[in-house]
Amino acid sequence: MAMKMLEVEKPTVHTEVAALEVKNVSKAFDGKKVVEDVSVAVNKGTLTSFIGPNGAGKSTLISMMSRLLDHDTGEVFVEGKEIGKYKSDELAKKVSILKQSNNINIRLTIRELVSFGRFPYSKNRLTKDDWAFVENALDYMNLRDIQDKYLDQLSGGQRQRAYIAMVLAQDTDYIILDEPLNNLDMKHSVQIMKTLRQLCDELGKTIIIVVHDINFASCYSDDIVAMKDGIVVEKGHCHDIINPTSLKNIYDMDINIEEVNCNKICVYFT
Amino acid sequence: MQRRTKWIFIILSVLSLVLTVTFLFIGLTPEGWDYALPRRGRSVAAIIIVGAAIAFSTLIFQTITNNRILTPSIIGLDSLYMLVQTSLVFFFGTLGLVSMTQGTNFMISIALMVGFALLLYTMLFKGEQQNIYFLLLVGIIFGTLFSSLSTFMQVLIDPNEFQSIQNRMFASFSNINVDLLWLACIILLLTMIYAFPYLKYLDTLSLGRDHAVNLGIPYDKVVRRYLIIIAIMVSVSTALVGPILFLGLLVVNVAREMLSTFRHSQLAIASVLVSIVALVGGTLVVERVFAFSAPLSVIINFVGGAYFIYLLLRGTKN
Repeated sequence: MAMKMLEVEKPTVHTEVAALEVKNVSKAFDGKKVVEDVSVAVNKGTLTSFIGPNGAGKSTLISMMSRLLDHDTGEVFVEGKEIGKYKSDELAKKVSILKQSNNINIRLTIRELVSFGRFPYSKNRLTKDDWAFVENALDYMNLRDIQDKYLDQLSGGQRQRAYIAMVLAQDTDYIILDEPLNNLDMKHSVQIMKTLRQLCDELGKTIIIVVHDINFASCYSDDIVAMKDGIVVEKGHCHDIINPTSLKNIYDMDINIEEVNCNKICVYFT
Repeated sequence: MQRRTKWIFIILSVLSLVLTVTFLFIGLTPEGWDYALPRRGRSVAAIIIVGAAIAFSTLIFQTITNNRILTPSIIGLDSLYMLVQTSLVFFFGTLGLVSMTQGTNFMISIALMVGFALLLYTMLFKGEQQNIYFLLLVGIIFGTLFSSLSTFMQVLIDPNEFQSIQNRMFASFSNINVDLLWLACIILLLTMIYAFPYLKYLDTLSLGRDHAVNLGIPYDKVVRRYLIIIAIMVSVSTALVGPILFLGLLVVNVAREMLSTFRHSQLAIASVLVSIVALVGGTLVVERVFAFSAPLSVIINFVGGAYFIYLLLRGTKN
């Protein structure tokens, strides 16, 4: 949490360059609009949390930001260039995405999985440098001791960390994670969020996460984008969004906010 | 490469070599040499080509569908082949089937099968519905339609004429036409050249669509090209020797079990070798043990079917 305070004290770190930007993007499935005319810009070097109730269109939006899904209308820009204009392996060196459910049908060890993260750079022939990235990612996610275990032998938390390590090995400037805290206990959730914060602050990565626990969003993000029914209802700096009025608007709930160790904690359990 | 993997490759290569040599020279007398050897040579060549094509196409089909109990025959190419053969007899009589040169029949069958597969794919990739399982379902429905049509025509025709169709219902490696063999060789070689630049994507494709896209694979383009490759390979091998339903499923899964790896460079070689062992060994058994009383594909379908049930049962247990 100390990191968070540091971050608040030196907001000048953020260059206000829109690095990843969607403009008037819409998406419909079978005629039902899931994302409607959304425009959002994410600044370089920030950690942005996408929050909102289930079915708000968060996952659909970030899937379109990472070309997993085509958008019906509108435009998506990565560093000013329309996403469709990138060659796919070029984009894979810039933007990575991890979805919330990852079912892999083949039997892999953690190390093998993480080494796939280097595919955009060296295809199947990994160089010494590539392996250094793999080692780093394994260390970063504390997976070194279990690196030769198979994915199906792992707990949900370990597996989640392995997937995140793969994305780290991909070494992209932009990292998009769809509910990375899914399946994780408190300890590992905090670990992951601290790691993400570190990636932003130390390596200058731009990170976008979809997160359901509002307090993780509040304690660790720079910016928050709140969605509801396919549209963006609130967006701005974290401290501007975490207030009872905005939260009521997003979640239709009365949420109290307490300050604990300089962190805004939302109390909504009772 | 692991030590174990190396040994598996050595054993498989030696085994296929021994079987091939046995097949070529078993019971050969000096007098029959000139007559039998070229014929046996053609059979072995056909076996190797077809075995390799089916093993490889099944392997990539399983990779792009992310499902290891599927075979390309699910999209109905075998049924279409039978429909073509049945229609030929139905409309032109046995004479039509016989008088038509084998080359014409071969080309018609391939053209129709590849055309049908391409039609299915265009349907798939035109709309929003870019779901590979949708393709499989449509394929199954067409396959059933083709089989029903064939059966319908088969009950109408003369029993004697039905016999000539029945011969084509089961794969056979005897009496292979040399010209067709060369033609099949050339087509398959060209297909491999077409496939070559995309082979490096296979390992990563087996992670599933989302990961593949994330790692920079032009997914739709790659899958489309692979589907075309599969269609050509299956069509050529079916038109050359007839339908062998379970061979691919059998050999690819045996290869997977033996190697327990995800690397396609190794899986592909192992599948092809297993396929050759199964086909050459199977043909030997058919000729020497059963004295031609059971067609090879019946045995393969029997073993393959049993293995398929085993896979399903084991899948439900996990």
